[in-house]
Amino acid sequence: MSLLSINNLSVSFQTDRGVVQAVDQVSFDVDAGETLAIVGESGSGKSVTALSILQLLGDAGTISDGQIVFDGQNLLDLPEKDIRNIRGDRIAMIFQEPMSSLNPVLTIGKQVAEPIWLHRKKTWNEALDQAEELIKKVSIPDARQRLDAYPHQFSGGMRQRVMIAMALACEPKLIIADEPTTALDVTVQAQILSLLKNLTTELNSALILITHDLGVVARYADRVAVMYGGRIVESATAAELYKHPKHPYTEGLMASIPTLDGEPGSRLQTIEGQPPDLLHMPAGCAFHPRCPYAAEICKHAKPSLKEVEANHFRACVGYESIS
Amino acid sequence: MTSDNHQDNIIDVKDLKVHFPVTEGLLKKTVGWNYAVDGVSFSVRRGETFSLVGESGCGKSTTALSVLRMQDVTAGNIVFNGQDITHFSANKLRPIRRQIQMIYQDPFGSLNPRMKVGSIIGEPLRVHGQAKDKVKYRTRVKELMRLVGLLDDMADRYPHEFSGGQRQRICIARALALEPELIICDEPVSALDVSIQAQVINLLMDLQERLGLTYLFIAHDLSVVRHISNRVAVMYLGQIVEVADRQTLFNDPKHPYTQALLNAVPEPDPELESSRPERLIIGEVPSVRNPPSGCRFHPRCSKAIAQCKIDRPVLNLYNQSLIACHLY
Ligand SMILES: Nc1ncnc2c1ncn2[C@@H]1O[C@H](COP(=O)(O)OP(=O)(O)O)[C@@H](O)[C@H]1O
Ligand SMILES: Nc1ncnc2c1ncn2[C@@H]1O[C@H](COP(=O)(O)OP(=O)(O)O)[C@@H](O)[C@H]1O
Ligand SMILES: [Mg+2]
Ligand SMILES: [Mg+2]
Repeated sequence: MSLLSINNLSVSFQTDRGVVQAVDQVSFDVDAGETLAIVGESGSGKSVTALSILQLLGDAGTISDGQIVFDGQNLLDLPEKDIRNIRGDRIAMIFQEPMSSLNPVLTIGKQVAEPIWLHRKKTWNEALDQAEELIKKVSIPDARQRLDAYPHQFSGGMRQRVMIAMALACEPKLIIADEPTTALDVTVQAQILSLLKNLTTELNSALILITHDLGVVARYADRVAVMYGGRIVESATAAELYKHPKHPYTEGLMASIPTLDGEPGSRLQTIEGQPPDLLHMPAGCAFHPRCPYAAEICKHAKPSLKEVEANHFRACVGYESIS
Repeated sequence: MTSDNHQDNIIDVKDLKVHFPVTEGLLKKTVGWNYAVDGVSFSVRRGETFSLVGESGCGKSTTALSVLRMQDVTAGNIVFNGQDITHFSANKLRPIRRQIQMIYQDPFGSLNPRMKVGSIIGEPLRVHGQAKDKVKYRTRVKELMRLVGLLDDMADRYPHEFSGGQRQRICIARALALEPELIICDEPVSALDVSIQAQVINLLMDLQERLGLTYLFIAHDLSVVRHISNRVAVMYLGQIVEVADRQTLFNDPKHPYTQALLNAVPEPDPELESSRPERLIIGEVPSVRNPPSGCRFHPRCSKAIAQCKIDRPVLNLYNQSLIACHLY
């Protein structure tokens, strides 16, 4: 059984301009200890999917359909109190901008100790000692002194290390990291992702890594789910997805990355057109207006995810009608 | 020596320094200096794409703005087409400004939301008195729109009706209005999704070919730089550490910082990634207020020797490249 199993998740938002179907019938599994990357253009529904798991959508968002089964329990059936107990304990989350999830007026030590004290029923002093250990573990120098520092005294990279320390505090089974290094420089990004990967491996925690960087996916993910217009269009192991993309969108995406061996002056392949506007979603397959293989049927039928090879899933009717 | 003896340089930047005062308190007392750009020299050859790469805060944008003379310089010289423009008055700069245009990262912020796309693109023509003949003006605006792949009927729409990639096309059309020789592109595709990035990169390359443009290209995405550049300069903390042609820089980087930077960027290839050892550099970029002595990279460099703490290395010719490192 998978650690996390999301089935037909749909999420909509009530906005001034109408209802936005941000996530539409999304299904995927995460196994214990594995790293699943979710990739896709901005607005494709990655963050909303992640936020749904811990029910952090806010008032405007509604989960209209689906199940989120974690450790055999449908989280959507649980009362808010039980979800709060799971947050930061069995499932932890790391965001792009650590400053917005850190409390500016509390010391780093207090913030890292908090989840341990809250979920692990330790005394405050025990929690603080453990916080120091965690701060060391994420390679922040002078751990003891740094416990008394405030978030603004840390660089962006150091703050993200603090977030990782907090996320790991209770040895969660699942960590969700939403673009954790997008705001950081590449040399620091490499340090942070490598740290996150090593520590999750050590704890055998599963990691959902949300990113738009296909290089990051290639380096850190075991499996990949590709989102487009609120739906998953393809998923497979990372090696398989890069080598044999099977959905026209993934294929286009892979071809449009500049590669090492490109000829000087050569042109990149492109995906024509623009990403969909969720308020005016095309009927049928959301990708059909940009798809070089689009057939008549693609304008009407919404394709669902099917296993086309062992562990390789694709949502595309047009392809099927050609081949 | 750092000078480039190439005959046909469009830009020569010589020992450029831009230092910002760091102030404190109500009276804005200067308490220190930010050595944002500190002795940068490079040349851009006519018709090429010359890229500046480096992590944020290393001084790329400040260097670019200095070339445009939109940033006051502390020391050094900016030579454009053989003319030293460092101290040109606003009046003397006017014809130069026409020949150097800029495209920014944020196609949202740099477009006036209350102007229609047609007037945005035609604005430089109006400012430089080239809109007196209305028919000619309109024809030119249409021509520019087609050049960048926008449809004629988009002229009457407002920027918010366009996606990021299309807005960047609008910015490019505006930059081309006065037929510049040099376009400075400051992170032009960084804010765009991968599939749209490729469209804009292709457009920039097509335009270069058709119009004989020269690009000074700034980016932190190395795969984009590798694709589009002829030559690349790597910056670290306000200084250039290596200049090489694209092939040499990416296949055989010499400066330890260049090597670390290339290693930190994951390639979109799981097989390659799983076979390549991860060599992380330690620490973070230090503050430009208190740059390290000697070579600014020495506290993070795994190959540093005693001399690196003391002497500042200058760019030296090594094979075909310029490298600022005591190891070469
Ligand atoms: N709080 C919200 N209110 C209204 N719409 C939202 C809200 N959050 C997200 N959305 C919409 O949901 C869609 C998916 O967003 P998101 O999951 O954040 O995309 P991604 O993370 O892939 O960039 C977007 O079109 C966005 O406008
Ligand atoms: N107008 C300014 N006033 C004060 N400091 C500035 C100004 N512009 C840039 N800086 C500082 O100069 C340094 C270099 O900035 P910048 O040229 O924007 O770097 P990059 O473009 O490589 O990210 C940074 O430390 C930045 O904070
Ligand atoms: Mg997001
Ligand atoms: Mg910049």
